[in-house]
Amino acid sequence: MAENKSLVKEFSKGLIKENPVLRLVLGTCPTLAVSTSVESAIGMGLAASVVLVCSNIVISAMRKVIPSKVRIPAYIVIIAGFVTLVQMLVKAFLPQIDEMLGVYLPLIVVNCIILGRAEAFASKNTVLYSAVDGLGMGVGFTAALLLMGGIRELLGAGSIAGFTVLPEAIPPMTIFVLAPGGFFVFGILIALANKVAESNGKPKAELKGCSACPMASTCSLVGSKDACREEVK
Amino acid sequence: MSEVTKKLVVSASPHFRSKTTTTSIMLDVIIAMIPALVASVILFGYRSLVLTVVSVISCVVFEYLSRKVMKRHNTIGDLSAVVTGMLLAFNLPSTMPYWMVIIGAFVAIVIAKQFFGGIGNNFVNPALIGRIVLMASYPSQIGNFVAPFSHRGGVDAVTTATPLAQMTSVYSAENIGTAIDAAGFPSLLDMFLGVKGGCLGEVCILALVIGFVYLVVRKVISPVIPLVYVGTVAVAMLIAGKGDFTFMAYQVMAGGLVLGAVFMATDYTTSPVSFKGKIIYAIGCGVLTSLIRIFGSLPEGVSFSIIIMNILVPHIEHITTARPFGEVKEKKNKKEAEAK
Repeated sequence: MAENKSLVKEFSKGLIKENPVLRLVLGTCPTLAVSTSVESAIGMGLAASVVLVCSNIVISAMRKVIPSKVRIPAYIVIIAGFVTLVQMLVKAFLPQIDEMLGVYLPLIVVNCIILGRAEAFASKNTVLYSAVDGLGMGVGFTAALLLMGGIRELLGAGSIAGFTVLPEAIPPMTIFVLAPGGFFVFGILIALANKVAESNGKPKAELKGCSACPMASTCSLVGSKDACREEVK
Repeated sequence: MSEVTKKLVVSASPHFRSKTTTTSIMLDVIIAMIPALVASVILFGYRSLVLTVVSVISCVVFEYLSRKVMKRHNTIGDLSAVVTGMLLAFNLPSTMPYWMVIIGAFVAIVIAKQFFGGIGNNFVNPALIGRIVLMASYPSQIGNFVAPFSHRGGVDAVTTATPLAQMTSVYSAENIGTAIDAAGFPSLLDMFLGVKGGCLGEVCILALVIGFVYLVVRKVISPVIPLVYVGTVAVAMLIAGKGDFTFMAYQVMAGGLVLGAVFMATDYTTSPVSFKGKIIYAIGCGVLTSLIRIFGSLPEGVSFSIIIMNILVPHIEHITTARPFGEVKEKKNKKEAEAK
């Protein structure tokens, strides 16, 4: 794992291949809730990204100090600290955004993306890589929110970032700013992201051979034509 | 010698095949819908025919294009898109702008049907999804009903309230009978013939009954679902109306109940297979429809209740699966006994 790691790769995987919202399907609740308009999508994406990068750095730095039995509460405390910071800053300098995001801003504490990256990446990697991973994931999250917010605001309210785009003769389809429209857009974007990730990423099934497989010593299919075609993780 | 070998043909079963195909079934459904279409043209003028044609053509075009884009074999020949298009138009008022109908057709065919794999794989009725999306997006346009025969007067179309919308004042009334008289409904005969405000296909109960009888005689649908569905609503309304038969009759003939029960709740893909399952499904539809009509904020609940029951169909199928002959039900105690 260590030899083929590069900073660019760690950053870019968050954009499409491991996009937290569209590929890992994490953080679905804030995604559906705040993607009704471009403004709130940007606000949410940036707030979550800041928390993500900061908490990844701190958790990565403390990964050898935190006992593994109590790691989840420890991560949550660190994340909650940063969320409180961000929330205070937003309340002080961007009160409109705070009003728009409502309860979803403090709820970043329990956002699965942040805890997921802490558990899956920051707790096992160095500070620099964790920061880049957090940044990539944050950008991917913001991009997905922005895409969803753009589509939903354009079709549901006829505007982009508050500016009216569609002529008045075309009444907007209210369903897109309601929950069902959010699910429609979300499902279609997930399908598209899967398509893109599979077409230019690695192929679906890859024959790695049995040498890399941990079960090779007990497996009866070693060397036969029935051996696993899927890559064993 | 060669003649003998010809007589001894070895083939795998089934040896007798029915001539019924998807296309022939869909054609029967289309024929069954013709009376309602004719009635809507008589009641609401030529615009309802144009609306239906626009809906059908856009459904077929969307079906063709989406199959093409997804590189799947073409299925417009099975006529299912035509049925969806007609049902979608039947669920809209005659004043609906044409481009909104096209959006509804897009949602019905591309999102509700083809994204899930096309005919036989849609988890809900496509036409109903199209209607519901339009209803949530353009509530004022979809609630814009004109009075029947107003196209003949030469004046601008007169908007009218549907009997179900007028009915909302009746539910909470002390005396149901006097409340019905006061609300000024069309007579029961008019209700039956379709001289009332409403969506294209739902108004003329007579035409829908003709279609229902045709479908049952041709054995395209089983009469279980429509009869139990309408029956459940009738019983529920009889209870809600404290035994008032006029109230019950209005409730059964108003709104999209008969259209939904005959043409949409009976869709093969989204209704249960077994007899028991059909009854559970139809009772569920009826109870939900009655609850939405009486307690809900919308005057009509047929489309929502059919969709909700569509989603529950896999679970209904699961609990009503027929056991193969001779199969013994596995006992839990036996396993536990063996473990000891």
